[in-house]
This record gives sequence, C-alpha cells and structure tokens, in this order.
Amino acid sequence: MSHLDPNTVVIRMTDIVKKFGDFTANDHINLTLHQGEVHAILGENGAGKSTLMNVLYGMYPPTSGTIEVNGKTVVIDHPQKAIDLGIGMVHQHFMLVQPFTVTENIVLGMEPMKGLSVNLKEARQKILALSERYNLKVDPDARIEDISVGMQQRVEILKVLYRGANILILDEPSASLTPQEITELMEIIKHLTADGKSVLLITHKLKEIKMAADNCTIIRRGKYIDTVHVGEKTEDDLAGMMVGREVSFSVEKQKQETGDTVLQVKDLHTSDYRGVEVLKGLSLHVKQGEIVGLAGVDGNGQSELVGILTGLHKASAGEVVLNGEAVTNLSPGALFEKGISNIPEDRQKHGLVLPFTVAENLILQNFSKTPFSKGGVLQNAAIRANATEQIEDFDIRPAGCEDRPAGTLSGGNQQKVIIAREVTNDKDLLIAFNPTRGLDVGAIEFVHKYLVQQRNKMRAILLVSFELDEIMSLSDRIDVIFDGKIVGEVKGEDADEYKLGLMMAGGAA
Amino acid sequence: MKQKITSSNAFYTFLSIIIGFVVGAVLLLIIGISPAEAYAKLFSGVFSKLRYVLYDIVYATPLIFTGLSVAFSFKTGVFNIGAEGQFVVGSLAACLVGIFVDLPAILHVPLCLLAAAAAGMLWSAMVGFLKVKRGINEVLSYIMFNWLAFYLSNYVVNIPAVHKEGGGEATKNVLDSARLRAPQFLRSICSDTNWGFLLAIACAVLVWFIIKKTTLGYQLRAVGHSRTAAEYGGISSNRIFIISMSISGALAGLGGAAQLLGPGARISQFAGQEGFGFQGITVALIASSHPVGCIFSGLFYGAMKYGGSKLTTIGVPNEVVNIIMGTIIFFIAISHVFRHILHKRKEAAA
Repeated sequence: MSHLDPNTVVIRMTDIVKKFGDFTANDHINLTLHQGEVHAILGENGAGKSTLMNVLYGMYPPTSGTIEVNGKTVVIDHPQKAIDLGIGMVHQHFMLVQPFTVTENIVLGMEPMKGLSVNLKEARQKILALSERYNLKVDPDARIEDISVGMQQRVEILKVLYRGANILILDEPSASLTPQEITELMEIIKHLTADGKSVLLITHKLKEIKMAADNCTIIRRGKYIDTVHVGEKTEDDLAGMMVGREVSFSVEKQKQETGDTVLQVKDLHTSDYRGVEVLKGLSLHVKQGEIVGLAGVDGNGQSELVGILTGLHKASAGEVVLNGEAVTNLSPGALFEKGISNIPEDRQKHGLVLPFTVAENLILQNFSKTPFSKGGVLQNAAIRANATEQIEDFDIRPAGCEDRPAGTLSGGNQQKVIIAREVTNDKDLLIAFNPTRGLDVGAIEFVHKYLVQQRNKMRAILLVSFELDEIMSLSDRIDVIFDGKIVGEVKGEDADEYKLGLMMAGGAA
Repeated sequence: MKQKITSSNAFYTFLSIIIGFVVGAVLLLIIGISPAEAYAKLFSGVFSKLRYVLYDIVYATPLIFTGLSVAFSFKTGVFNIGAEGQFVVGSLAACLVGIFVDLPAILHVPLCLLAAAAAGMLWSAMVGFLKVKRGINEVLSYIMFNWLAFYLSNYVVNIPAVHKEGGGEATKNVLDSARLRAPQFLRSICSDTNWGFLLAIACAVLVWFIIKKTTLGYQLRAVGHSRTAAEYGGISSNRIFIISMSISGALAGLGGAAQLLGPGARISQFAGQEGFGFQGITVALIASSHPVGCIFSGLFYGAMKYGGSKLTTIGVPNEVVNIIMGTIIFFIAISHVFRHILHKRKEAAA
C-alpha cells in the first residue's frame, strides 16, 4: 500500500459537461479527490450527482471536460477501464446472487481457475484477510439470503476491494440501513481512508456528511456550486447551499390533546404472496389529532399492514375498526368511503396513473362524484379548475401542468400531486407510507408541513417510515414494528435513536 | 406536450407506411415486376373511378368495426385477438334473425344489429370471465373461441332449416327487410354500397366519446395504464376487464352484422378463417388505437385490399399487399421500441 499523503490528488475532474439532447445534466463541474479523503457529493434529486459518478465510472462519455487519475489524463469509456484504474462503485441497489455464498458472489466474473474448476480456497483466504484488515466482519461462507442488509453492503464493499479498488464510490449507501448499521458503515469508511483509500460519498443526508466526510462538493441543477470543508459548515449551511435557499429542519408542532380513537387494529394476522406469515398478531391504534409513527426496518410487515388498511391485501385473522365500525377486508373503494386516505409507498405503482394528466390524477378516487362527473360524463371544466386550484395551493411545478402527464413531473412534484389529492380528500385517517422517500430537502419540508397541518386539524395520521429521523421529528407516539408485531411504544418526545434502533433490530427495549 | 406526442405518432405511422411500400417495391423488383407499374395499377384501382371508391368503402367497413373492437380492448390493456370469432358469431346471429324474424325494416335492421352485438359481447365476455375468475390469459382463450365460432358457424350453415335450398354451401339469404343496402342511385354505381360505413363512423365517434369523456372511459384508461394505481383508487379492475371485453366484442359483432346485412346477405361455409378480426388488429395498430383514426386506417386497409385484388390482372400476386401491410405493422412496432429507447435516455439524463 502506498504511503498515505493527503496532498496526493487521485482524481481530478475538470469542467465536466454532460448533455442529453438539450438537457444539461452536468454543467462545468469540477471535483478533486485526495488520497485518504472522504469527499461527499451533495445535491437534490436530479441535481446531477449520479450522472457525474457515471461519467467517472465509464458509463457515459462526457460531452466535454477532462478526467485525471493519479496525475494522468485518462479516457474512461467502459466500467472495466474504471476498475482497471482502481475505481470501484458500490451501487445503491445491491447486485448480489441471493443463494450464493459471500465468496462466490465476490469472485463472480473473475473466478480463480484451477484447471477447469473454480479455486475458491485461495479467494476465501484473500477475502478473510481483506475483511480483517478493514474490520468488515464478513463471514465468507455465509449465504447472501441469510445475512442482514448491512452485511450485504459490506460484501459489496469487499467485492470492490477484492478487485483492487483504491477509490470507492458509494452511492446512497445508507438508504436501507438501521442507525446502528449506519454508524458501523461510518467506522468502516474511516478504516478505509486510514489505509490510504479514497471515498466518494453520494448522498443527500446531511447528518452522514457531517459524520464522515472531510470535504463536500455541492451540485445544484447540474451546476457546480462550491466545495467546502465540512468542519466549517453547519447542516443548515449545507442544506441552504444544496437547495439555494434557507431550509428549516425542525418541524413546528404544538402539543395538543388527542380526541376519539379513529383506527383500532386488533391482533392482525396475514401472509405475504409466498404464504409466509408476516403479520403475527399486530395491534395498534391512532387517535384524532395525533401522528403515530410506525418505526421499523423494511420487510417486517409494514407493506402488508398498510395493504390491509387500504384494501389491497387481505387479513387472515384479526380486526380493523374505523370510528367504531369493523372494516376488515373491505375493498379499496369502500375503505376510502369509510374514511381512509393513503399516501402510498410506491407513488409510481399505486399513487399515480403516470400517463394520465395531473388533472386526471387529482380525481383518482373521486372521478365519479360531482362536480367532476354528471350522469357518467366527465366534466372537464370542473376537473381542470380543481387541478388549477391544487397546483397553485400545493405549488406543483411546473405551474400550469394541468394537462401534462404525471409521469413527466419530477419525483418531488409527483409526490406533491398525491399529497394534494389525499390532503384535499380530508379523510378521518391519513396513512403516509414513506412519504418522503427519494425526495430532496425542500420537498421533504413541504410534505412534513402538510402532515402536521392535518394532525392539527384533528385528523388521525399513521406514519410508516423507514427513516427514523422522520419518525422521530413528526410523531406524537412511536410504535416499533419487528417481525410482524409491535415490540415497543414510546412517546415522541422521549424517543431515543439508539433505543429505537435496538428495538427495530429485534433487541430488548 | 400532448400535441407533440400525437404528432410524432402520426409521423412514425406515416414513415412506416412509406417503408412498407419501399419494401414491397424491392420484393416486386426481385420477382421481376416493375414496382412503378404495379403501384400505378394499385393506385388507379383504388381511386380512378367513383365505383372504385365506393368499393374501397365497402371493403373498409367491416375492418373499421374490428379495428375499433381491438382498439377499445387495447385501452384497457387487453389484446382482443378474438375479434375474428366475435365477428363470426355476430354475423351468425344477424343472419338467423334476418332469416327467421319477419318485421318491417325499421325494426328488423335494429333487431339484427342488436342480436349481433349481443352475440359478440357474449362471446368476448365469456373469455373475460375465464380471465377474471380463473386467471386464464385472454389471448389463449380468444384464439380457441375463434375456432369455436368458426365451427359453430359451419355447423349452423348446414342445419337444413337454415341451409339454402337447392345446393350451394351457404345459408338462405336474409330477408330484404333486414338489409342495410344504400339507395338505388348509389347501388347502380356499386351494387354492394350499404349503410354500414355510416354506422361504423357513428360507432367510432361513440367509442371516442366513451373513452375520452365518460367516467367509464376514465376507468378503462386507468386500468389500461396502471392496474395497480387504478385498484388503489378504488376501481375494480376485474369489473372493468369484463366491461371492456364485452364492449369490444359487441363492436366486432356489429362488424359481422354490417358485413352480412350489407354486401353479404348470407353466410357461406368457411374453408378457413376470413381474417376480418385479425385485419382489425392491423387497423387498430396503424391508428395507434385512436377510434377516429380507425376510420382512416380502416379505409386505408380496405382500399389496399380492394386495389390489391386487381393486381392479378397484370400478373402481380396480390399477396404483395399483405407484405406491405405486414411491413407497415412491423415498423410501427419498431418505432415504439425506438421511442421507448429515446424516452429512457431522456429519463436517465433527468
């Protein structure tokens, strides 16, 4: 391993321009990465972070600009070339073969051969050595399907190291990790840099940048804004630079008395599509005027619970009571009429009919009601007027997008269309499932504002989220779901990230 | 935005038509026939006389109906490859009512049409029930139902009470009161001229209205675009599938009636499938499933069929028309692929 010298430049990207047709995704971006440095790349969704990294990793050729690696100007026109230059990328979505062992996954594509058979012994030794050296604690013989998400990510990191990478690109690495796993990841990054590796960290999570990064390059709408020393800036400073205006993080919320119980879920059981029981006697309740946060790691039964509450999944046992009336296993339409509205987990699959216009999407549950239809005939004037009003009220951009297909809007604005519709539906119970997933800071602020506003109007809100920060900042009460059951409950103001994290991982409270 | 997409649709279609003719020309050259001569013959066979134009329309009428039928099913994401069978049972129902019920024309024609629509609807709805209740892919059962219709029709044709007396492999003629024949002055130019074309236009406008302007159309399109989002919004996609497939079947059934009550008058025993339903798929694809577009693409296909039938007089195999139509469809299909790729690239950039 080369001697660690923080003044050695390992990557210098100069004036990188990447155009797709008329659209400029990267507009003269500069980036300098030193040896042993953790360099964060911060930007909203669609700012051009991923494009820049894909240029570096040889996925897209840049329209103009130069890339230097270790002082030499290079043309990287294929990922293999990037790998040869010691650049490795850990993608946000893991690319692992589930039934294979860790070792088999790591050697995949470059299997060491011994005659005609694969020589895994040697590879296994090498992996063990790497794992120890960087404190990755990976068992080379475990099957991927048996190990946690955090461990899977470490396997991805090992895969890159095994191929000799000195420069690691980590794309949104914390997206599916628990708080403990995130802390572990940050430790691993420190081990890597101490050993002379350099890390490019793509993220829009400011907290992680503060925790791990030395420097941070901010990109906004494809343009280079600045490169700053992380130590000299606060989270608010960084957020402001990212979105181009001041952002408030704290959610304003007055204490208020709760009213009657709106939703009561009793001893709910169900199985997923494979027939595996995923809800094992789950009970919870939500009252008027409170936000109940359901904290938990993905895959502990949240999807099925929300599915049952919105009519898309059937319960095998148990009861759902809404305003004192049993509504178990009713159809989606009936549940809506009884008073449940929902910001769905997957906005493109469930929340919107993407080829429909914004105006059409805004009446998805109400198309057959006055004033939107009369005698089975759609009333375009009313449908459009409704859209115009909501586009204005909810600042859906671009302005005047009534007749644009919803699929052509950005993710944040698609979410605004759904929020506008569900908030305007104004039902007794609002279920929000990962309502800010993939959104940038500005849009998150917007969504949170409306959730709190609905709570203040004495609506009952069930917030299901994999983002613990979101749960903690919004909830009046937090239930923790693990393995299909509620395993603990805390008041919003008493919430402690580590205690919640332990419960989410199935440990004792 | 919307304008841009539709205009580019028309652009790709137009381009595909040109390519279709170019490919046809190449094949003609290979077999040693002058494309210029063949296309001149085709063109004059289509346009040079009023009589020809009226025949184009006669040929186009059933194709507009089956085109509408297929286009309607596409809107809900169902592929009605069974328009062929629905056309046949529609024709059969109209034939039986036309032969055995004796009413004044003002009642007789609507009754025949109604019977045809009901028969087509039933034929398609059965496939719908199999899809919804048993999860059977509609393409499979539609194809089987095409053959059921085929043999049912041949069976009925040969029932003594239905069969034409004194030879001929066909049914009796329907009563004159059931015919859709146009007034004498038009029939003196082209004896097959009939009201079916106007009925087809009316159906196209009605279909357009249903799809675009009604709550039913909203639900059809929602299910067609995204079944999951439609379900989330409280729309029962199973119900919508049944409705959509029923209406689609009714349209094909009406096409069968229009053909029978117009130029047909009787049903002959089939040696093979006539292909009106399958040609409807082409019509719908060329029209990008737009109901009003189906009128024009139906006229185009009808004219090609009629004009193509004259090519044999100059020694050109009229299969060249099928090759041209096939090539057009091929390139329309490819244009979607191209557009998809372009679209993806733009998305990746965003």
